[in-house]
Amino acid sequence: MEGFMYPNEVELQWSILIVLYPFLTGLVAGAFILASLERVFRVEEVKPTYRLALLTALAFLIVAPLPLQLHLGHPERSLEMYLTPHRSSAMAMFGFVYLWYLMVVLVVEIWLDYRRDIVRLAESSRGVKGLFYRILALGSYNVSPAALRIDDRVGWIITLIGIPSAFLLHGYVGFIFGSVKANPWWSTPLMPVVFLFSAMVSGIALVLLVYMLTCAMRHVAIDMRCLDTIAKYLFYTFVIDFALEMLDLIHRIYEADESFRSLDFMVHTRLFYSQILIQIFLGTLAPLALLSLTQLITFSVAARRRIYAISAALTLVGIFAMRWNVVIGGQLFSKSFLGYTSYKVEFITREGLLSAVALMILPFAILYVLIKILPPWQEKHPVVAEAQGDD
Amino acid sequence: MGEFKDIAHLIRLAGVFLIGLILFLVFRSVTIPKSFGRYGPFRGAALVELSSRPLAFAGHEACENCHPDVAELKAKGVHKSINCESCHGPLAKHADDPGNIKPVLPDVAQLCIRCHSENIAKPAGFPQVNVKEHFAGQACNTCHKPHSPGFDAGGKK
Amino acid sequence: MILNRRQILLLLPAAAVAWDFVLADNPEGSPNYKMSDHWWGMLVDITKCIGCGSCVRACAMENDVPEGYFRTWIERYHVSDWHIENPQVDSPKGGMDGFPPGKTENGKNFFVPKMCNQCVDSPCSQVCPVGATFHTPDGVVLVDYDYCLGCRYCIQACPYGCRFFHPKKHTADKCTLCYHRITKGLTTACCEACPTGARQLADLKNPNDPIHAFLKTHTVQVLKPHLATGSKLFYNSLDGSVR
Repeated sequence: MEGFMYPNEVELQWSILIVLYPFLTGLVAGAFILASLERVFRVEEVKPTYRLALLTALAFLIVAPLPLQLHLGHPERSLEMYLTPHRSSAMAMFGFVYLWYLMVVLVVEIWLDYRRDIVRLAESSRGVKGLFYRILALGSYNVSPAALRIDDRVGWIITLIGIPSAFLLHGYVGFIFGSVKANPWWSTPLMPVVFLFSAMVSGIALVLLVYMLTCAMRHVAIDMRCLDTIAKYLFYTFVIDFALEMLDLIHRIYEADESFRSLDFMVHTRLFYSQILIQIFLGTLAPLALLSLTQLITFSVAARRRIYAISAALTLVGIFAMRWNVVIGGQLFSKSFLGYTSYKVEFITREGLLSAVALMILPFAILYVLIKILPPWQEKHPVVAEAQGDD
Repeated sequence: MGEFKDIAHLIRLAGVFLIGLILFLVFRSVTIPKSFGRYGPFRGAALVELSSRPLAFAGHEACENCHPDVAELKAKGVHKSINCESCHGPLAKHADDPGNIKPVLPDVAQLCIRCHSENIAKPAGFPQVNVKEHFAGQACNTCHKPHSPGFDAGGKK
Repeated sequence: MILNRRQILLLLPAAAVAWDFVLADNPEGSPNYKMSDHWWGMLVDITKCIGCGSCVRACAMENDVPEGYFRTWIERYHVSDWHIENPQVDSPKGGMDGFPPGKTENGKNFFVPKMCNQCVDSPCSQVCPVGATFHTPDGVVLVDYDYCLGCRYCIQACPYGCRFFHPKKHTADKCTLCYHRITKGLTTACCEACPTGARQLADLKNPNDPIHAFLKTHTVQVLKPHLATGSKLFYNSLDGSVR
């Protein structure tokens, strides 16, 4: 501890798990927005990633509450948020936004889009697998053109509703921080907007990488038209995100209110590596530079693939660092503006590094299972052969 | 929207959601604490629990009831506005069972120093001494009676 | 008046509702106490605080406050000349064992006791997702230890740093204004222990409470007024440098 802090402030309240949580929900929102590009805005080029983006969003949304549960002092009481939600609390209302998004937007949209495949698998599989698909089909096997047309229409409406819902999902997380007037590092009306755009950036980057990875694993050629388009949207969104973060920074420096000197010192000392080096240079300026190069110069397919992959990976690191800097940074300085503390990440404990790493890997495991159950790809490939082979 | 058979699956989906909602509402009505909302958006029984904690400090009136002589002595001196337990510590247990639970007399040296050792931040008019220079080594109550600590102008107590 | 069965059957539910209404004002633990008669606050007189730490110790003993955490604490300020935006502040163990000798060079020095401000528009209760921290009808902000999830949002939202996470209960915790004492006509432990009368419990609804006269005749401040929390912790002679 350095300087003076109120005695109860020295210990941090929100750990790396609370850094992970907005990161995961951000990926969900971003992946969904990418999917909606095709469905609502008819950006045909990204169609190869449509189903993959939805499944990715679902996998991450399932894992998203887990860091929260591990963090709570009494996770067994967490249902209270649904039973007696305090309406003035952003956190309570977020519980319902999450539920709405998971059930009505994501699950229903995936169900509607996959229904024809579900029915086909229900009719062609036997045993437990067949039962599973029959339940998933809700016992209804009508896949006539008329029914499918209706599905398509309803799915379109759901996606349309889903876009503001995705904005709400991650904007709310930003509001949870941005509405805390006690904390000048968090309290700004820009917070939900910054969170949202950084979410979109990270989600698009994630889907880009997952797409490249799954193509490599399936030994299938990458659709470069698709990849180029995704990278283009990543670039545009990143420019907006960067502009917003710069706006916040410039505004703070210029107004220099009572918190400024303390926050400035904190950024240059406690947050030097995570904010200046990792978030700004490595995670924002480097990918922006790389991506802008691809927009200005024509590179070969192999070169573009490499640049996109590196940019996307750096982006994800940068957005994680941004969440770290917001959550942890907001707790490293005293509300008296006279002191600083430090955060030591533990390793094995409930809220330690090991848990965080496990929770980062889990969505990929779930995504793998989802891809097996609901294959995003239309053409014949080893998964179909396996399904018939190992009942 | 088309023939019924073409939207049957959507009806089933809606049905699943409706059943889920009903189950949730039933579950909610069973599990919400009964006293929730009685005084406001919180569990009313908490007020009872929070106001029923046992006391550690009895409060000066309880002391003065049994020890009026000390109270009278104290009321004449400069320590008159100091409550008994400020120096003697929490004594609710003693007040409830005076025969069996005896208070432990505080270590006078430690006690007096905490208030009266000089410190730059103490209000100017407050009696402070440099402990080392002011009869170092001797307990404060060698000369001062804690219940009535002052000296008169002639140096007499 | 003799009631027939039908009249009794009609009157009983009405009586039950009325009785519930009567009971509603009395948390059953304190039969002679009516919540609507009180509106609690606290007055702290900076000119009287000697930084002895009796309040911090008394609170810890009365409320089983775990070591290293503070429901109340004392800060010592050293303000050098005109630099009121850069005071030097210390609070060794929250002031529990008093303070070591301080700086003597040019400047002013004083103690500031801190605690929960029992805000009327408290940001802590605003953000609690489940209603585990709340306002009582008599103006005290409390935590329901059997309902709190331990999400710690309230601790983040408090501008005064008066909340902490209880290491054993795994819930949020803070000053309760000794609710178990004030509902029995006693004063808080910190006020009871304060030797100089620097801390005084105040019942703002009681017209005879000395605080009303005091507020009219002294220069009184609250902490961080720009945050409009409706703090009911009033300080006499609070210097502008105090955070």
